[in-house]
Amino acid sequence: MTFASETSRPAEAGDRSHLGRSAVAVLGVVLLLAMVLSLTTGASGASAWTILKGWLGMAQASELDAIRDHAVIYNIRLPRMIMGTLVGAALAVSGLLMQGLFRNPLADPGLVGVSAGASLGAVGIIVLGTTILAPLTALLGIYSLQLASFFGGLVTTFILYSVATRSGQTAIATMLLAGIAIAALAGAVTGVMVYVATDAQLRDLTFWGLGSLAGANWIKVAASGPIIIVALAVSGFLAKGLNAMTLGEATAAHLGVPVQRFKLLTIITVAAATGASVAVSGGIGFVGIVVPHLLRLIIGPDHRYLLPASALLGGAFLLLADAISRLVVAPAEIPIGIVTAVFGGPFFLWILLRRRSAFVW
Amino acid sequence: MRTFILPFILCASLAQAPVASAAELKPFTDSSRLVSIGGSLTEIVFALGEGERLVGRDQTATYPEAATALPDVGYARQLAPEGVLSLSPTALLVLEGSGPPEALEVLSQAGVEFQTVPESYSAEGVIEKITSVGQALDVAEKAQAYADEIQAQFDALKDASAAIETRKRVLFVLSVEGGKIQASGTGTAADGIIALAGAQNAIVEYSGYKALTEEAIIQAAPDAILMMDRGGDHAASDAELLAHPAIGLTPIAETKAIYRLDGAYLLNFGPRTSAAAAEVSGLLYGTTAQAQ
Repeated sequence: MTFASETSRPAEAGDRSHLGRSAVAVLGVVLLLAMVLSLTTGASGASAWTILKGWLGMAQASELDAIRDHAVIYNIRLPRMIMGTLVGAALAVSGLLMQGLFRNPLADPGLVGVSAGASLGAVGIIVLGTTILAPLTALLGIYSLQLASFFGGLVTTFILYSVATRSGQTAIATMLLAGIAIAALAGAVTGVMVYVATDAQLRDLTFWGLGSLAGANWIKVAASGPIIIVALAVSGFLAKGLNAMTLGEATAAHLGVPVQRFKLLTIITVAAATGASVAVSGGIGFVGIVVPHLLRLIIGPDHRYLLPASALLGGAFLLLADAISRLVVAPAEIPIGIVTAVFGGPFFLWILLRRRSAFVW
Repeated sequence: MRTFILPFILCASLAQAPVASAAELKPFTDSSRLVSIGGSLTEIVFALGEGERLVGRDQTATYPEAATALPDVGYARQLAPEGVLSLSPTALLVLEGSGPPEALEVLSQAGVEFQTVPESYSAEGVIEKITSVGQALDVAEKAQAYADEIQAQFDALKDASAAIETRKRVLFVLSVEGGKIQASGTGTAADGIIALAGAQNAIVEYSGYKALTEEAIIQAAPDAILMMDRGGDHAASDAELLAHPAIGLTPIAETKAIYRLDGAYLLNFGPRTSAAAAEVSGLLYGTTAQAQ
């Protein structure tokens, strides 16, 4: 069932679903190419050929080079590629879920305070993790940052939810406004934590603020990967409900969507995906807004195709942005958030202007 | 949207690599292709005449001139492992606080031996850096001779400082943005250099660099302001500073004692620190610099 397209534009439905399927297939190939690119380019000389030779056991480099190339491929590029793909997919899908849930093409986890809550959870662990929260970090180990981000996002979400829900009905406008207030509050508490941090930590602020995949390693992949993969898998079950929600909550309920439970599940999925991504890569902007928008323009509003397409394009977009961030000023790197903003910002403005002239919203 | 990012900064320093004391640093197996992270360490390597071993540096290494010709691997606390590896280094000498730890770990897995040199904002810290670098590069004797030379300069500075009767109160201003003054408290390189110059930090109520309220500036009653030289029109910013409502009520309004020195020279705590401290002392007390 494709609620949105079949009810509002029945004549187009066949074309659109064909387009959707093709787009998913094409984007799958694009993502694969981006993964190959990510794995085979970098500041060091290690190339695709080196990898291939390594696999075939033909490597004849000096011992040091062999160790080095192995480390470059398996300890640097491979975890970075996996993390980039997952974080890109998580950011794009989170954006899409929020936009579907709030029926607002500008919605984004940042808008309703989920990102702010996630970062507050992380900052709490980081600043207090060696003192009053030490038993907690000892207990949770490598997962503490991701779990803290997830719970930060989740707690924020539940506060939001209870503020905005009256007798089983969630008022979207109240929720958006409450989200802004809670984001401000979480931001303020985060600011206090930052104030007690040391100077050296403060200097890193700018760099983290712009996001980076530079710290990728297997531990981070192991800590955030499962959370993101589960969130992406769950989002796959939300597509039909999101299609129904585009017609309004009442209509969705008539179409058999358990609206309250559905909203809750969507929000938890967004909290998990956002928390896990923010915890490993910092703040990477624009992916969640630009990727779903671009796809909606091309393949239409059917979430059954938008969801997988967003995940694939989000991953590919972030891998390409990361390749640029690694290569432009090599051997140093520019923060990836700069790259996504440089490409995403103007593109987003263009979408806004285009939409405005078409009176689409 | 932007504030949510702040946390991640912090995790970079969550698990800092343990810092060896100078005595624990051992010669690198192969330091023929060396990358040094930390401007003061790069300066020391050059000062020891071992500059030709360096194949890379971080962005804080702006002295000597030869260092700036080396490839720049970026910000010391956000090292990109592959960028460093692309220089095919055999050894990595890092100043305490560099990282992130994951990057250093990846580098060591890739066969690049790394050792961490402790940072401390004192004469002893400078000497320890010199001997540490000497040990790591296996030129301990040369380093010891150089350390003795620097130690003599610090000793001269200390003697001169002991003779100072009234210690001037110095306000180290990190930045003046829109009239808001960010000043150094204790535990900073600026605090260290003020002490070495035989003066006292006007702000001891907090550690690190933080924004000062106007009343705290008046209360601190500094005799002089010390700043980093960022180029540009100094006279105009002096006027701007003196026009600041709070500074106008401190002794600086009369003395007009605002001094600017190159940031790396002033705050790196490397081979030029005794000279920098002597220069600051000379500016404050009107005597010629004691240690050269």
